Amino acid sequence: MALLTVEHLTMKFGGLVAVNDFDLALEKNEIVGLIGPNGAGKTTVFNMIAGYYTPTEGAIRFQGSSIAGQKANRITKAGIARTFQNIRLFSELSVIENVMIGYHCRIRSTFLGATLRFPLYRREEKMMVEGAMNLLREVGLEDVAREMSTSLPYGKQRRLEIARALATGPQLLLLDEPAAGMNANETQDLLQLILKLRKDYNLTVFLIEHDMKFVMEICERLKVLDYGTTIAEGTPHEIQNNPRVIEAYLGEVQRA
Amino acid sequence: MDPNHLRNQILSIAGTVVLLALLYVANTQGSDYTIRILNNIAIFIILAVSYNLINGVTGQFSLAPNAFVAIGSYTSALLTLTPMEKEISFIIEPCIWPLSVITLPFIVSLVAAGVVAALLALLMGFPVFRTRGDYLAIVTLGFGEVVRVIANNTQSITNGPLGLKGIADFTNIWWAWGFAIITVFLIGRMIRSSYGMAMKAVKFDQAAAEAVGINTYWHKMLAFTTSAFFQGVGGGLLAHLITTISPVLFTFFLTFNLLIIIVAGGLGSTTGAIIAAILFTWGGEALRFVEEPMDLGFIDIPGIPGMRMVIFSVILVLIMIFARQGLMGTREFNWNWVCRKLGIGGRS
Ligand SMILES: Nc1ncnc2c1ncn2[C@@H]1O[C@H](COP(=O)(O)OP(=O)(O)O)[C@@H](O)[C@H]1O
Ligand SMILES: [Mg+2]
Repeated sequence: MALLTVEHLTMKFGGLVAVNDFDLALEKNEIVGLIGPNGAGKTTVFNMIAGYYTPTEGAIRFQGSSIAGQKANRITKAGIARTFQNIRLFSELSVIENVMIGYHCRIRSTFLGATLRFPLYRREEKMMVEGAMNLLREVGLEDVAREMSTSLPYGKQRRLEIARALATGPQLLLLDEPAAGMNANETQDLLQLILKLRKDYNLTVFLIEHDMKFVMEICERLKVLDYGTTIAEGTPHEIQNNPRVIEAYLGEVQRA
Repeated sequence: MDPNHLRNQILSIAGTVVLLALLYVANTQGSDYTIRILNNIAIFIILAVSYNLINGVTGQFSLAPNAFVAIGSYTSALLTLTPMEKEISFIIEPCIWPLSVITLPFIVSLVAAGVVAALLALLMGFPVFRTRGDYLAIVTLGFGEVVRVIANNTQSITNGPLGLKGIADFTNIWWAWGFAIITVFLIGRMIRSSYGMAMKAVKFDQAAAEAVGINTYWHKMLAFTTSAFFQGVGGGLLAHLITTISPVLFTFFLTFNLLIIIVAGGLGSTTGAIIAAILFTWGGEALRFVEEPMDLGFIDIPGIPGMRMVIFSVILVLIMIFARQGLMGTREFNWNWVCRKLGIGGRS
């Protein structure tokens, strides 16, 4: 059974059909890419899966149960974590706190227990600190753990956002333009990182990205959106040679 | 996590002991006037620190502290007044049963004051936070007025505009400061726990908070209700300090004063709220002279009531223009910083 199935997903904003009849089935451990020109509706697909928008039509099933229209925090708890196209870290929290907070939704301590620091909370706090530290090590940020998140350079902020998403214990990771603003080296490191994380945490990854070299190298399958409509899907090789995709999108990328 | 944790804990306990010793000295040597100001300071610390929890830490703009303080004041006063005192006070309509026959110990009345305020916060928060937090300011502002109107018109419960008189003066320096210390300790711990971190996350970026699985609705409710609880307790202490309460005491001015305090202290900083509460209460007393008639030799200025509010408003405006972060920004007092400044090394 697929981990995530999306059927006939449609999102209308007033008269604008941002996403039209979108289908998707993600198998466990896959890395699948969603590409297309700006404004094609890619982020809107993420927003529907992650619970930020209630789809106008269509079904979303995660591990067999319907999640369409559920609240975002419930969906995160169910096992889908995301990052944002425009990085959204908690600016006044330190780097490690930004990750620790990802564990908060999983603790069993009540707020009274946490305030009074009952033994359960102390154990859970220790778990949060250690878990966050491990994740920071995993993404290569352990040496800046105590710094403010906004003082980090762009590439590191992107990694921090991934670490924060992982802290929620996801099975499915949605990455919205993870390589945006990165140079070639950073992008290559990111690619290795995502592959490593998939292995270590048994993840399934669904990502949006404009960097075609990155996408073609990391993704096993691709879906191409244009004006909300799926115009192609297949392996990177098939997509690269699809005339419709070249016309609508890749031509533009190559010219740029 | 912090290698100086034990040292800092000892310093905190030592600091509290020093504070208590100073209060003891003030209580035995100080004038009634000094003691009164100290009591006021303690109550304002309770109100400001709890107000900061919802407005500063969680970023939800509530305008209801006057309502919660009013509810706390009335609740605890009605619970400690003896049946006889109630019979004397309620001259227009008798007090309703069972309030008319109940008398409870002070501490029970304070807890009840907090609980009633918290329950009302729960009732109000439910519809407001379910939709969008944006309406909180409007709804809480309206709620403050509703509470005042009710206090004015439910003659048989609140004694209407006459208010309640002859409330026992139970609030002394130990009750007031005892609760101030408990409030700061508990709210401080709450803010430092992962629940507090989640509340900050809600303030910084609600969508990102949801993305990390935080139930933003529940955390807003938590902050709002906790804040109301302590404001209710503060109200109870206030009633038993001034011994006479009436609806006019709890106008929007009270909320406005608290708003000035938490903004001046730095929204989100408990330390800032405490410092500003002290400055404001003490400054309010020190500035009393500006409302009295003055003879400057060449000119006679008549007393202008409300002049202090004007001064405080000007201060607030100046802060908003020149020091938006307030005294502390979102920083907190911490022993590591103090020790570093004093040149006492610690492990790091
Ligand atoms: N909340 C919204 N309200 C109205 N229109 C929106 C909203 N979100 C996205 N859109 C529109 O939907 C279209 C797709 O946007 P988006 O999904 O962000 O594109 P992409 O991520 O592929 O660049 C755009 O035309 C955008 O303006
Ligand atoms: Mg996008």
